[in-house]
Amino acid sequence: MTTITADHHGASDHGAHDHHDADHKPAFFQRWFMSTNHKDIGTLYLIFAIIAGIIGGAISGLMRAELAEPGIQYLQAWAQMSDGPSATIDQAYHLWNVLITAHGLIMVFFMVMPAIIGGFGNWFVPIMIGAPDMAFPRMNNISFWLLIPAFALLLGSTFVPGGTGNGAGTGWTVYAPLSTSGSAGPAVDMAILSLHIAGAGSILGAINFITTILNMRAPGMTLHKMPLFVWSVLVTAFLLLLALPVLAAAITMLLTDRNFGTTFYDAAGGGDPELYQHLFWFFGHPEVYIMILPGFGIISQIVSTFSRKPVFGYLGMAYAMVAIGVVGFVVWAHHMFTTGMSVNVKMYFTAATMVIAVPTGIKIFSWIATIWGGSISFKTPMVWALGFIFLFTVGGVTGVVLANGGVDDVLHDTYYVVAHFHYVLSLGAVFSLFAGFYYWFPKMSGRMYSEFLGQLHFWVFFVGVNMLFFPMHFLGLSGMPRRYPDYPEAFAYWNKVATHGYEIMAVGVLIFLVNVFWSLLAGKKAEGNPWGEGATTLEWTLTSPPPFHQFETLPVIEDAAHH
Amino acid sequence: MATLPPSPFDRDRRNRRTMVTMSIVGLAMLGVGFASVPLYRIFCQTTGFNGTTQRAAAGVQVKEASGHLLSIRFDSNVQPGMPWQFHPETPTQTVTVGAKSMAIFIAKNMSDRPVTGSAAFNVSPSQAGAYFTKIQCFCFTQQTLQPGQEVRMPVLYYVDPKILDDPDNKDTQEITLSYTFYPVEQDRKAS
Repeated sequence: MTTITADHHGASDHGAHDHHDADHKPAFFQRWFMSTNHKDIGTLYLIFAIIAGIIGGAISGLMRAELAEPGIQYLQAWAQMSDGPSATIDQAYHLWNVLITAHGLIMVFFMVMPAIIGGFGNWFVPIMIGAPDMAFPRMNNISFWLLIPAFALLLGSTFVPGGTGNGAGTGWTVYAPLSTSGSAGPAVDMAILSLHIAGAGSILGAINFITTILNMRAPGMTLHKMPLFVWSVLVTAFLLLLALPVLAAAITMLLTDRNFGTTFYDAAGGGDPELYQHLFWFFGHPEVYIMILPGFGIISQIVSTFSRKPVFGYLGMAYAMVAIGVVGFVVWAHHMFTTGMSVNVKMYFTAATMVIAVPTGIKIFSWIATIWGGSISFKTPMVWALGFIFLFTVGGVTGVVLANGGVDDVLHDTYYVVAHFHYVLSLGAVFSLFAGFYYWFPKMSGRMYSEFLGQLHFWVFFVGVNMLFFPMHFLGLSGMPRRYPDYPEAFAYWNKVATHGYEIMAVGVLIFLVNVFWSLLAGKKAEGNPWGEGATTLEWTLTSPPPFHQFETLPVIEDAAHH
Repeated sequence: MATLPPSPFDRDRRNRRTMVTMSIVGLAMLGVGFASVPLYRIFCQTTGFNGTTQRAAAGVQVKEASGHLLSIRFDSNVQPGMPWQFHPETPTQTVTVGAKSMAIFIAKNMSDRPVTGSAAFNVSPSQAGAYFTKIQCFCFTQQTLQPGQEVRMPVLYYVDPKILDDPDNKDTQEITLSYTFYPVEQDRKAS
């Protein structure tokens, strides 16, 4: 086992400590800045994700404030803050593009992915398979610390010119030619480099997870006995490994088009801007499953724990995720229905996309079957999980609507699409994150959260996000296009409602933060297993928080032991 | 059925092997990303995807489908700011499917300095691209025009009679061939 502590600490109190003392922690700087411990790195990821989430959420607050009423209210003033007092209305519009870009990139690459894979994945994958740590602890450390310069580059890009005004205003998709000839200045280069670095970190993390899960399982922990969360991370890691390099190639060609006169995406030199869209979405579609699959895993653990039943249809659940991952690679062009493809191509991508509803349905129904007849306790993690199942189903249904090439011709780039992907991601992935956070908070911190604040957080957040995103279906169906700071009077009512929904949701986030700080300072001490007999995975056999190094002696998983 | 835990040495070796394999997979996908540039071009050329036109050698024999007429419209553009006039000699031609025809495009440099341009082309509707076959054209060859110079550029083409059997093209009555001239040697960098 790798430990960086022996020399530094061991010298003074060597005699007092057993060599195999599992709780022998290094000093603060070594522990948090040179960490090779999967639990500490997981904690760092979670802290990072919460900070990034607050920044990304604040940006959406700016957008909802501007969208509360028709006309331009605040944007011009904000543009004057960012581009100087003589900022034009075009620079204000550019600032809008910067806001949507930053919100998307931050939430995808710096909030959901670090939290769900880096945070919970690091914390619990090794424990759940009975491994002492990740396969490559130092690589794990690099993966995390690559995120910091990546995030700094992205935030820094908002202060340098990016075309009409400061910052990268390309949308999270960075489509050419807007991102090439349309965005002079270093901002877009910085954003692209930020994606490169964050992507490199994620690929290293993915290799680490695959190696850990394939090679480091405790004796008896066969693949078909692994908890579903581990399965979900395994599938996700493969998706990352196969999809992210394609994004890296695509945005590298953007960089050379921008800076070295190549014409990969420039029709003038025989290139094709549509090629970029194909490459981006070949990455982008698996990416949405990268964000949601670990959430599926978390929900499976929670639903099983609080129903006191093993997950219904374990193997079906595991292979449903594999199927979603595989089919997720051959549906990408449903993001591009309006680029002018032939009827046959549209039919294929429509049908292939709808096929994904089958394994997804298997998961939804298996969760319900798990709950069915169970001894249910509605603790905070469970209500979040139930909220997830409901909201993800809503988002999934609008997804099936949008999968139709013909329907998408009408709804493409409207608020209906915004509502759809926020229901599956903002409400799906985020609800699974909160569910996982409450579920594992006692394990990670050693303290119980406040059940009252947790429940309050859920209800306030649930009402807020539904008020925020459900009206967007109406707006989209009546034709309101996305990515504009202004709209006609006709859309005013539901936009106002949505902005009030944001305010309620923001109160929910405040309750969450209060709960976290209160619980860390004054929460009740948590037992090793606070959830009772339903919690059967290995992390609940350890103390809360787990020892600094767990499983010095590998646990042996008996045949009878179940998921 | 507990097996013995693998020794740390074995485990490290297996870990390294898995890591190397997975790194190769990652690098291979990076390669696929870059390889998609030529692959996409080949795909478009063979399938006519996205209105990519087909090319044929000069001596090609085609059977005319007499009685089946198609209107061919010619569209010409220059990138904004490029000091060229560029237009087809006739805006449309009515041709028999399968018959070889020639269209003339005329470009003139209106400025007082030599300007080099290169043309990109496309066909609309895109499902007709696979059947629009060019025998000779001026696409992607660089043309330098002296101040005031005018050139006539021929395009020799025919519409493949197989278009008549394609259900996707049963409503196609007109095919537009579009050329756009872009200046070269101009600094196209974004930053």
